[in-house]
Amino acid sequence: MSFIVKFINNFADSFSEKFYQNLISENRWQLVIKGLLITLEVTFFAVLLGIAIGFVIAIIRSTYDTTLKPGILLRILNGISKVYLTVVRGTPVIIQLLIVYFVIFASVDVNKVVAAVIAFGINSGAYVAEIVRSGIMSVDKGQLEAGRSLGLNYFQTMTTIILPQALKNILPALGNEFIVLLKETSVSGYIALMDLTKAADTIRSRTYEAFFPLLTAAFVYLILVMILSAGVTRLERWLRKSDRR
Amino acid sequence: MIVVKNLHKTFDNEIEVLKGVDQHIKPGEKVVIVGPSGSGKSTFLRCLNLLEQPTQGEIWFDGQLINAKNVDIDKIRARMGMVFQHFNLFSHKTVLQNITLAPIKLKLLSPEEANNNALQLLRRVGLEDKADAYPSQISGGQKQRIAIVRSLAMNPKVMLFDEPTSALDPEMVGEVLDVMKELADSGMTMAVVTHEMGFAREIATRVLFMDDGKILEEAPPKEFFSNPKNPRLKEFLSKII
Repeated sequence: MSFIVKFINNFADSFSEKFYQNLISENRWQLVIKGLLITLEVTFFAVLLGIAIGFVIAIIRSTYDTTLKPGILLRILNGISKVYLTVVRGTPVIIQLLIVYFVIFASVDVNKVVAAVIAFGINSGAYVAEIVRSGIMSVDKGQLEAGRSLGLNYFQTMTTIILPQALKNILPALGNEFIVLLKETSVSGYIALMDLTKAADTIRSRTYEAFFPLLTAAFVYLILVMILSAGVTRLERWLRKSDRR
Repeated sequence: MIVVKNLHKTFDNEIEVLKGVDQHIKPGEKVVIVGPSGSGKSTFLRCLNLLEQPTQGEIWFDGQLINAKNVDIDKIRARMGMVFQHFNLFSHKTVLQNITLAPIKLKLLSPEEANNNALQLLRRVGLEDKADAYPSQISGGQKQRIAIVRSLAMNPKVMLFDEPTSALDPEMVGEVLDVMKELADSGMTMAVVTHEMGFAREIATRVLFMDDGKILEEAPPKEFFSNPKNPRLKEFLSKII
């Protein structure tokens, strides 16, 4: 018991001092803010890239699956998509990040943020693709037939009828993917990108104090994820308005 | 208007559903297709607008061979309305948007014209107060009336009905059939797959009996029901009437 009381006393005594040392002195809070902005920047553009890749791949894959006699172009595109999905989902994201930065951009002087966006975007695209494909498959095939029977072509039916309904069905899974992506960017430190995690770790190595910097980073991630999930929930509610009875 | 020659359809599972169907649907005709389930009547209807691709045979619409290569099937389908058993209303769109979507998307009408046209059609089926409702908020009979109106908004030359009342509660069948009767009276060319023998008797200019992928008998309704010749049709009629 005395050990715990001692710990709490020590903790309280040193709290303000540690707070000052880790976040205020030498303007270390700026490091955290800068890291946060990098994390947000990487996540935001990686999400956009992931969505773009994911939708394209999902449409290729489900078009291939529903076409009776797929043409040569569609077969090639489907083949490429399958290889992409297998490779990206079969290798760790850190390795992918390192390969993008140190192998693909080895001889080019590329901004680390750009390299991270490309690596995380390509990675996320594979997961988004499978989520979107499951969404497309969840829409009753009568919807496609109704669209086509009215004279809309496949692409028009896909974009105006199938995808909006698919999106509604997959929004929770998609939101979850973006939360995962946000947290995954914390490995950006592997290419020495000063993101939120790297910033916290840098402070730790300067002050020899792990508690404050790491918990600060954890707290900031938590707030970000909570904001993100609240946003997804609102979006979901808005999209569900056609389900009211 | 629609000429079908030696139509065959075999599905992936090697089952031959249509075994040589010849048919000529003339302008203004109301052809009702009856038969036991699995006889191929729905597949036949779905071949007419190529929702099913025929394995063999020819389908002509308005003097054009539509299952030839290089035919823009979307242009053809825009002139052929289709009503499905399960309505297939777009569930994320309001009733009005369901009706105006295709005419606007295909640039046949301006949004304003499409809205006016849709409201006029809704008035015709007595559902103008549902214009802003979503499909989940209306009854099955209302959904099917909207689905008919949605097809009519494209101003089709022929309407195909694939068991339009089979998924409805009994008390809602009447309201859908009334709309179809009114449509028939207006001179629309119609091909209807149905189990509603009363409708066939009253509206059809010709009734077809399909079984096992072939048309076994066709006759005007009076003769079809009072004096059936094919033994399988006799058996079919004795079971359902």
